Amino acid sequence: MFPASFEYHRASSVKEALAMLQQYGEDGKILAGGHSLIPMMKLRLAQPAHLVDIGGIRQLASIREEGGKVIIGGLVTHHAVERSDVVRAKLGMLSECAAVIGDTQVRNRGTIGGSLAHADPAADYPAAVLALDGEIKIEGTGGSRVVKADDFFIDLMTTAVQPGEVLTEVAFAPVASGAGFTYLKHRQPASGFAMVGVAALLTLDKKGNCDRVRVGITGLGAKPFRAKAVEAALLGKAPAPAIAAAAAHAADGIDPLSDIHASADFRAELARVYTRRALETAAARAKA
Amino acid sequence: MAVIPKFVGERIKRREDPRLITGTGMYVDDVRLPGMLSAVVLRSPHAHAKINSIDLSKARALKGVVCVLSGDDLRDKVGPVPCVAPADHVPYHPVLAQGKVRFVGEGVAVAVASSPYIAQDALDLIDVDYDPLDAVVDPEKALEPGAPVLHEEFGNNSVTFASVPNPAVDEAMRKADKIIKARLVNQRLAPIPMEPRGAVARWDGGYKQLTVWSSTQIPHLLRSQLAEMLKVGENRIRVIAPEVGGGFGCKLNVYAEEALVAHLSMTLGKPVKWIERRRENFAGTTHGRDQITYLEVAALKDGTVTAVKAHFVCDMGAYLQLLTPAIPGFSGLMMTGCYKIPALSFDQQMVFTNKMSTDAYRGAGRPEACYIAERVMDMVAAEFGLDPADVRRKNFIPKEAFPAPTAGGLVYDSGDYELSLNKALEIVGYQKVRAEQEAARKQGRYIGIGIASYVEICGIGPSALLPPKLKGGGWESATIRMEPDCKVTVLTGVSPHGQGQETTFAQIVADELGIDIDDVNVVHGDTAVVQYGIGTFGSRGTTVGGPALMMSVGKLQEKMKKIASTMMEVPPDQLIFTNRTVALASDPSKSIPLQQVVDAAYGYKQPIPGVEPGLDATSFYEPQNCTFPFGTHVAVVEVDPETGVVKFLRYVAVDDCGRILSPLLVEGQVHGGIAQGIAQALYEEVVYDESGQLLTATLMDYAVPKAHMLPRYELSATVTPSPVNVLGVKGVGEAGTIGSTPCVVSAVMDALKPFGIRHIDMPLKPEKVWRAIRDAQQKG
Repeated sequence: MFPASFEYHRASSVKEALAMLQQYGEDGKILAGGHSLIPMMKLRLAQPAHLVDIGGIRQLASIREEGGKVIIGGLVTHHAVERSDVVRAKLGMLSECAAVIGDTQVRNRGTIGGSLAHADPAADYPAAVLALDGEIKIEGTGGSRVVKADDFFIDLMTTAVQPGEVLTEVAFAPVASGAGFTYLKHRQPASGFAMVGVAALLTLDKKGNCDRVRVGITGLGAKPFRAKAVEAALLGKAPAPAIAAAAAHAADGIDPLSDIHASADFRAELARVYTRRALETAAARAKA
Repeated sequence: MAVIPKFVGERIKRREDPRLITGTGMYVDDVRLPGMLSAVVLRSPHAHAKINSIDLSKARALKGVVCVLSGDDLRDKVGPVPCVAPADHVPYHPVLAQGKVRFVGEGVAVAVASSPYIAQDALDLIDVDYDPLDAVVDPEKALEPGAPVLHEEFGNNSVTFASVPNPAVDEAMRKADKIIKARLVNQRLAPIPMEPRGAVARWDGGYKQLTVWSSTQIPHLLRSQLAEMLKVGENRIRVIAPEVGGGFGCKLNVYAEEALVAHLSMTLGKPVKWIERRRENFAGTTHGRDQITYLEVAALKDGTVTAVKAHFVCDMGAYLQLLTPAIPGFSGLMMTGCYKIPALSFDQQMVFTNKMSTDAYRGAGRPEACYIAERVMDMVAAEFGLDPADVRRKNFIPKEAFPAPTAGGLVYDSGDYELSLNKALEIVGYQKVRAEQEAARKQGRYIGIGIASYVEICGIGPSALLPPKLKGGGWESATIRMEPDCKVTVLTGVSPHGQGQETTFAQIVADELGIDIDDVNVVHGDTAVVQYGIGTFGSRGTTVGGPALMMSVGKLQEKMKKIASTMMEVPPDQLIFTNRTVALASDPSKSIPLQQVVDAAYGYKQPIPGVEPGLDATSFYEPQNCTFPFGTHVAVVEVDPETGVVKFLRYVAVDDCGRILSPLLVEGQVHGGIAQGIAQALYEEVVYDESGQLLTATLMDYAVPKAHMLPRYELSATVTPSPVNVLGVKGVGEAGTIGSTPCVVSAVMDALKPFGIRHIDMPLKPEKVWRAIRDAQQKG
């Protein structure tokens, strides 16, 4: 496990990181928690000539509330998200999701920005970020822009982040009080990644019908997605009788991944079963 | 003076562990020598290919590179990788491929440089021109006419065909109420020691002395084979097995890299280190199992099994490692399990395929045998609608029958199989759990209860059982030395790498000599220090190494008694060792300090007639039989019919390893063994695709179970001392692995009974279980 040689650079600010990325162009690669990049480098599947370590940019490592939103810096570790009181109180699902990523070592090093920017199709966070309507801030030398989670994931390991840009933070509106939610995953037995992971969130109106439904699914296809057919099938309805039929749409229009751990049709079935179970849990937790 | 307690039978913590958990032990990779170079091996990306040419020039030109060699450079310089087990076709196995590669991961070239980084850079500059050939990975397809042939000189892919016929089997088949047929697969597994392999070699030209540090289970046997491969005298080679971070059988071997680093050090005059990376470990360290068994079972309506007939297809991989073709034999011989099945016949077709070699892996042939025997019992129970526990009772060898000759030609030393079954069922609350199962089924929940009664073969063993070409037999050696300060050094020929003999042997010696456990130092794994020994495998460390130690302890005691007898003027046979004294057995207050006896032996100022100076003794113990540990495991699982996920509710293990010297260590062995056995049942499988690419080459794809994937173990024991050895021990290194696999499969199949599902091949991954349920529902 010996990576090819590379130059290491440590950025002290986003501005400096962006300048370095501009300087090294295609030869440069951002290093955050390193949990995806370094294994690839050790296998020489990735051989960046320059590593730009953003780990020293401390302002990216904090969680704050601002303008009615919870803002999580790109460098916040999974463990910090899991343990944050603010996240627990206002974005419970994200905390629940962070708690089941990888193992303790991964959670202590891996970062939310790294996970989202890497966009592994089986990563856990994307499902929750989609269900929570997260807004992802991307900075480049020309300024910053905000991309909705729904528009962020483009394809297999491809996101809205362009070369030379840095994902700096993710903003969320707090979950409405009374909302029910959960993140359920079927672990790939070796890696612990999600063979299928479902983030479900719903709120009920006074009559007990669903007035907001969000279902984010990871692991099933090349990219994480919102199961809009499921959401539509539930909206305006009382959850209990409608969930099973709605969940049956979980894999609609998706070309499921297939590998030695699960075939496409088993993954699709898992998506339907876990979507139903996640929605059932969310409904049970929701208050009208 | 404080009384020194007894240690055998006490829950003593492993004396090895403090250094291991504080990082102060020394593994091969911790060996750092002045001027040491790093070697990295280029491995074949093809499962089967002709090598047209290899261009090493660019790699050789890289700054920092000392040497780059391919297989052709080593012709006639390093002998082939040895296989000592008999086979019809033993292919030439070069340390680096010559002319052709036959599996993904086969060594093609080696680069030596001042650092492993530079050596790795050099590999990227080697240009190999391959002509890919068709590969064959399915052992049954490899036997078909027209299949790609791995070793052209043999004309086909047969390694060997062995047959143990028995006309009584045909007779029993004619008389059977039912002949049950099945095809069972023991899938290919990777042993995955936490520490991969590694070797460092240092040639001291002036002294003509080669030192090899290797992560091995068999330092002396490795020395003998290296001597032959390198044409260096055994008296010029020192093999050191420092801390070895697990072996599980895959380090009971002699590998190309061990000879390679030795050759490199001898030619370069500098120490050379090679450390295996995890991907190399998956691709290039021996795998286990990989057997297909076609079974025919003759059974009577009352559940009696009267005959078993089996045809095995055993995947040997591309080459034969040290014992590759010897492993399946145990599966055949032990196939009747704990049962008095009167007639057995089997044949075994061993096959070359474009995969890594198989060889010993924890249990080595016996897990396969036990899996077969226990599936047979469950299938008979299912066929006739009998309780699987009753079918086992019906067929057990009764306790009065020991020593019990078996249909496989072995003689089981001792056992009480029904006792262990009854105890396990009692602990689990069998009738209650069956009632819960029934109630759960009515609610649409699928609970299953699995039973496996196992017997295995340990303490190998009488030397005649080992391959004739193996230097060394089934015996073991031990030296005990009472040092001048009354501290004891033990040199054992076994090579523990997790088994804990530094603890167990110290317990034994302390009790026998009436000294403290801290007064004993157990030394192993260095051929320059320890007399020739055989090593650690097949649960033989304490079972064969222990009696050897007892022989030496006896000799030392005899000598010290003679000395003390002269000093105390009492007959030697009236003396005992207690509390650091030699005392009169009838009145221990009449004693002399042990130190005085030791002083007399070393000082020798007053020569004792017939007694030489010094205090040490060496013994070589040849066992007269193997030992046969047994037990019963019971698992209760619940299957989620929507996802195929198997969840453990209970896991009870009752093991009988004979007399228990060190309960904590026995439990540790059982825990680890069960984990590995459950892994085979539910999780692990080495997967090659049809072209021979290894798809499970990382721990991100090969599912070694994590703690949350395993049950809480409820352990218990019965104790049936072995009559084979003086300690009464049977061995416990593999038992857990052997009992747990069929137990878990049995439980899952029991849970699926309402669907009419009788068998699914391992590993019982969620998708397979889900698919079987779905198919059954569509049919039904």
